[in-house]
Amino acid sequence: MQSADPVLLFAIIALVGLAVLFGAILGFASEKLKVEGDPIVDQIDKILPQTQCGQCGYPGCRPYAQAIASGEANINRCPPGGQATINHLADLLDVEPLSLDAESGVEEEDTKVAYIIEELCIGCTKCIQACPVDAILGAAKQMHTVITTECTGCDLCVDPCPVDCIEMITVEKGVNEWHWDLPPSTSRQLAGLNISDVITTDRARSKQDDAA
Amino acid sequence: MTDLLIIFIGAVLVNNFVLVQFLGLCPFMGVSTKLESAVGMSMATAFVLTLASICSYLVNTYVLSPLGIEFLQTISFILVIAAVVSLSKMFIEKTSPVLYRVLGIYIPLITTNCAVLGVALQNTTRSHSFFQSTIYGFGAAVGFSLVLILFSAMRERIAVADVPVPFKGAAVGMITAGLMSLAFMGFSGLV
Repeated sequence: MQSADPVLLFAIIALVGLAVLFGAILGFASEKLKVEGDPIVDQIDKILPQTQCGQCGYPGCRPYAQAIASGEANINRCPPGGQATINHLADLLDVEPLSLDAESGVEEEDTKVAYIIEELCIGCTKCIQACPVDAILGAAKQMHTVITTECTGCDLCVDPCPVDCIEMITVEKGVNEWHWDLPPSTSRQLAGLNISDVITTDRARSKQDDAA
Repeated sequence: MTDLLIIFIGAVLVNNFVLVQFLGLCPFMGVSTKLESAVGMSMATAFVLTLASICSYLVNTYVLSPLGIEFLQTISFILVIAAVVSLSKMFIEKTSPVLYRVLGIYIPLITTNCAVLGVALQNTTRSHSFFQSTIYGFGAAVGFSLVLILFSAMRERIAVADVPVPFKGAAVGMITAGLMSLAFMGFSGLV
């Protein structure tokens, strides 16, 4: 048995050597295997409200984020996000905040949600096809209904309806629905989620969401 | 050649790491609810297991044994595994972003998969040679993938079955895993 000292020295040298070796390999690999993905697109996409409404002229929030990142589009074309989103984007990209582009639409003051008047619905499924977030339930010749917790209030389903049975109703802000005006990424999850009164079938689910 | 085959069959079926030695149960229960992610997870784990058993054999034979510091096996194997996992995470992120999204947080979790450390430690206690270690690691990976994929297919079926309320979810999963383990015990004596 050797005395304790050289073993201790060996142990320290060996472990440090291994750590340095693996560190070097990993450092080299992280250079070599760098992902070309544009992290700025992800950051912009996070700020956007994810309504996928297309009012900005792009087919969804992510394409719009890509367009902003590549400098093709201005940051002021997102009506659902409103001025708050524009300010956040301006903050992130270090540019002057603009006011909302009138061409894209106007900012809605209140949270809205689609509501299908059930007696009038003929079950044509046209609104289901129009919905960008799959918030409408139903089948051909069956009455449709809106999952309020999923609905982003983008009103893309209103135009395709042949019998005009979809209304956008404003969500009354009561004590339960009022929330701090947090940054968009979190405020959308918090605001307007417990509108469980519009559809009975969603009550259980939104309660679960609240509990979670 | 025959002894390599015996080691391989032994690691896959007879001493299956999950169902007979009960190592690596966390990904076995955690990632088995969907067949797709189970396939991805078993690919990633197979890659890590094989590579980690090779690397830890090299570290043990050429660094730890000559210096007489085998008592550092556990910590240096963990170091090896962590490095291999980070490497495979970068590799997956680069080659298959879709798989990277599916596996998500499970890739770093391979680090704490006890099957990986188990293979490395068993290789040294059984004094396997280089090829034996490699085959043992690969066999463990194949066995892990086999039961993970089988089990996730069963759980996908169980998800739509009419399970009594107290047994829903993880409980029936545990029972199924136990029954599978019993079935795998039937392989003992094969080699």
